[in-house]
Order: sequence, then structure tokens, then C-alpha cells
Amino acid sequence: MISPSTYAARHLQALLGALGRLLREPLATGLTIGVIALALALPAGLWVIVSNARAATGDLADSIDVTVYLKADVSLEKARQLQRNADRRPDVAEVRLVPAEKALEEFREYSGFGEALEALRANPLPHVLSITPRAEAADPARIETLKRHFAAWPEVELVQVDTEWVQRLGAILELLRRALALVGGVLALGVLAIVGNTIRLEINSRRSEIEVTKLVGGTNAFVRRPFLYEGLLYGLLGGLLALAIVVAASAALAAPVSQLASLYGSGFSLSGLGLREAAVLLGGGAALGWLGAWIAAARNLSRIEPRA
Amino acid sequence: MIVFDRVHKRYPNGREALSNVSLRIAPGEMVFLTGRSGAGKSSVLKLIALLERPTRGTVTVNGINTTTLRSRGVPAFRRQVGVVFQDHKLLMDRPVFDNVALPLVVADTPLREIDRRVRAALDQVGLLGKEGVLPSELSIGEQQRVGIARAVIARPPVLIADEPTGNLDHGLALEVMRVFKRFQEVGVTVIIATHDLGLVKEFGQREIVIENGQVAGPPGGGPADGLPPLPALQARR
Repeated sequence: MISPSTYAARHLQALLGALGRLLREPLATGLTIGVIALALALPAGLWVIVSNARAATGDLADSIDVTVYLKADVSLEKARQLQRNADRRPDVAEVRLVPAEKALEEFREYSGFGEALEALRANPLPHVLSITPRAEAADPARIETLKRHFAAWPEVELVQVDTEWVQRLGAILELLRRALALVGGVLALGVLAIVGNTIRLEINSRRSEIEVTKLVGGTNAFVRRPFLYEGLLYGLLGGLLALAIVVAASAALAAPVSQLASLYGSGFSLSGLGLREAAVLLGGGAALGWLGAWIAAARNLSRIEPRA
Repeated sequence: MIVFDRVHKRYPNGREALSNVSLRIAPGEMVFLTGRSGAGKSSVLKLIALLERPTRGTVTVNGINTTTLRSRGVPAFRRQVGVVFQDHKLLMDRPVFDNVALPLVVADTPLREIDRRVRAALDQVGLLGKEGVLPSELSIGEQQRVGIARAVIARPPVLIADEPTGNLDHGLALEVMRVFKRFQEVGVTVIIATHDLGLVKEFGQREIVIENGQVAGPPGGGPADGLPPLPALQARR
């Protein structure tokens, strides 16, 4: 029966041996790790882009406003009453009344048509109710119900909901998310292939050692162990380098993104990979490396038997 | 105890290496396998070490039938048989210590015990103090003895050697044979394939002659090569 300390020593030995072999050929090892890192950094970088795009547009999707234009002859008093009526609905969070005078003022200020408006004898703008639905009522179907409800009021001229672009944005993000899953899957297979091939070459170059080990009674598990550690190290180091690449890219893009956001009057700032995502990247890399090595070992080790 | 019962061995290339070989080697016996190159000596050894399995017939080593042994049981079986090759099959990029320790390492022997036993094994073959040396820095005779130390370190009950003296001059060959003899004296079954008939005579052990894949018998009489009745065999297991 094998003692735990002997068992641990064996594994430590296999790990150190694998590390030593990686260090003995730094150029080849570096290239392999670099390729693995690129394959891992690409989906990780995409993930950062998609998750940031979601964060940046998430507020927009939540703030769908239903804009209700009242008929021009509706008085301000009537408009206030309609505001109260609308506010009573359970699926409405807030109703804001923009009186015609206020709207004209704002228009004059921001549009740059101030002087042209001076030429008008009367205010062409109607009173407007800006209605914010409750968050739980913000799905397209219930917005549509709300829209139809207000459109039926006799005092209402027009109801406008700007949901289409929000839906389109959502669809684009969903597409990106799926593309990310697809790209991630393909590149994960790529990592398996890279590690698998590297380990296959390693197995071939250590053929005589494997033969002798089996000759003196080494089990398949014993023979396989150093190769599994090697694959694990390749994956882990590749994940580490990928993490560095993504962190560096995020840092390089943070300033321009903040600048862009401030131009849109937003306080949005780029968030890179969190601890959890970093752990997923490292763990995923290590797991892929281990699996790639395992596949290569399963396919190649059993063919190597001692010969006299 | 090693028993060949009507063993045939045909290789994938169609060559019939052994046909109808029956022989019996007692525990603790030292036996020479002789015969021309290609006569089938190496095939007999390969079948004992489970580097090959018989095409027909059965090979039994220490009560284990190698024909029916599952591959899961092969590593444990191989630990019972120490093997010495003519080209010694040492790992040339590893120091002597690592080479000799390998059979203990694969058997998960505690590190401290490995250290002690490697020294003991090297002492037995007269190479104590060479632990840190690479095999390539040793003479051929010394390399051969490293191979023997590796074959015996796990104390296998059976030790087989294929032309262990093929590359050595007579003095070195004699020395290597004496090493084998010492292991036989402590109870190890030793089987040596060689075509050095002078050496065989000198040691006066049983000789099994293989010719054209068959047991041609010992030319000068000696113990019979025939198989005792099977029930007796089973009783001894």
C-alpha cells in the first residue's frame, strides 16, 4: 500500500519533471504557450466587449419611455388631469408632464432654431406626457398594450414608443453572445489540438524511456502522469498569458472608452476581467491542457510497448 | 517455476519462431538457453517477460498464465521478472541512480528506501559510488552491470538475460556471469540466453538447446526437457 507522502512526492516529482522539460526548450515552449494564449485571449476579449456593451446599453433598455402627444387644443388643466389618470395605472411608474411652453423653451434653447421660432405667432407644440412603465412591465408586449390604451383616449393625438432600436441592439448583443460561444468552442478545440499535438511529439521523443518504464512494470497511469502535468502546465501558462493580454488591452482601451462615454454624457467606464472571470480563464486553460494531454496519451501511449 | 506447455509463437510477419516448445524451469534454478542466432532463444525470453504472448500453448510464470493475463495485470507481472538486455536499454540521459531506481519508483517505493536499495544493488554489482554518473561515462561492462542492478533491485523471483555478455571480453563476461550466479545462490531463478558455449561449460549449469524453434535437448544428457504430467504441475503451484 502506498503512503500518502510517497503519493504526494510522486506527483510533485512528475510536476517538477514536466516543468523542467518545459524550461529546457524555452523557445518551443514559449511558442506553444503563445499560441494557446492567443486562442484563449480572443474569446476572453470578446467576452469583455460583449459584457461591457451590455452594461453600457442596459440602462437604455430599462428606460423605455412612452411619449404621449396630446391634441393641440387640450388645455394645461386637462393635461394635468390626464397626467393623474395615467399615474393611477399599476403598470406605470412615473408620468411627467411637459407643458407646451416648457417644450418650446427647451426646443428654442437646444435646437438652434430660436430665431425661426420667433417668427411663429402661436406655440405649435402640444402638451406631452412622458410615461415611464414599471420595470416589470417593460417587455415589448405590455408596452404595446400601454401604447394602445393611451392611443384610445380622445385627447391624445399620437403615442410614440422608441423600442425598436432597443430591440435591435438587444438582438445584436444576443448575436454577439452566441458568436462568442461559438468562437470560444472552436478555439477550445484548437487548444486541445495544440496541446494534444505537442504532447504527442513529446511522447514520441521519449519513446525509449516509456518502453523501459513499462518493461520494469510501470503502469499506464504512471507513464501518463508526467504528460498530463505537462499539458496542465501548458494550459495554465497559456491561460496566464491570455489573462495578461486581456488585462493589458483593457487598460489600454480604458481611457479612450471613458472619453467616448463622456462625449455621450455617460459616466460609463470599461470594466475588464473580474476575479471570477480570471479564475475561469486560468481554470479553463488548465483543464483544456490537461484534457488535450490525456487524449494524446490515451491515443499514443498504449501503442508503445517494450521490445526486446 | 516457469512452464512452457506446447508453446507456438508465430510473429505477425508469418515467421514461426517457436513450435511445440515444452520446458520446465524450477524455482531457484540457473539455466542457459543456447542455440544459433534466430533459433528462438530470444522468443523464449520474450514469452517469459511477457513482451510477447504465445500464439498457441501456455506459458506459466510463478503460477500466472501469461496467455490469459489481462493487460491491467501486466505491470504487476513484469515487476516479478527482471530483464537484462544485450544492449542494456539504459536511459543514457539519466544518471545511474535514476536508471537503477526506476523499478522501485514505478512500484511507489518510499524515497528513503529507494536510496538505500539503489546503493545496495550497485554494491552487489561493484558499482557503488557511481550513482551520479551518466551511463555514457561508463565502460560497456559497467553499463551492463548497471542494467543488472536495475533488473534485480526490485528483488524479482525471476531474472532473465538475453546475451548479457555479447559485447564483453572473456574476463568481463566471467565477471558478469558470477554476478548472475550470486543471485541464483540467494534463490532467484536465472535464465540466460547465450551462444558463448565456453562460458556455459565453465559454470556447469543446465543447458537448454533451442534449434529451429524447438527444444533440441541438452546434448550431454542432463535433466530432461520434457514436461512432467500436468496434474503434478498444478499441484506444485
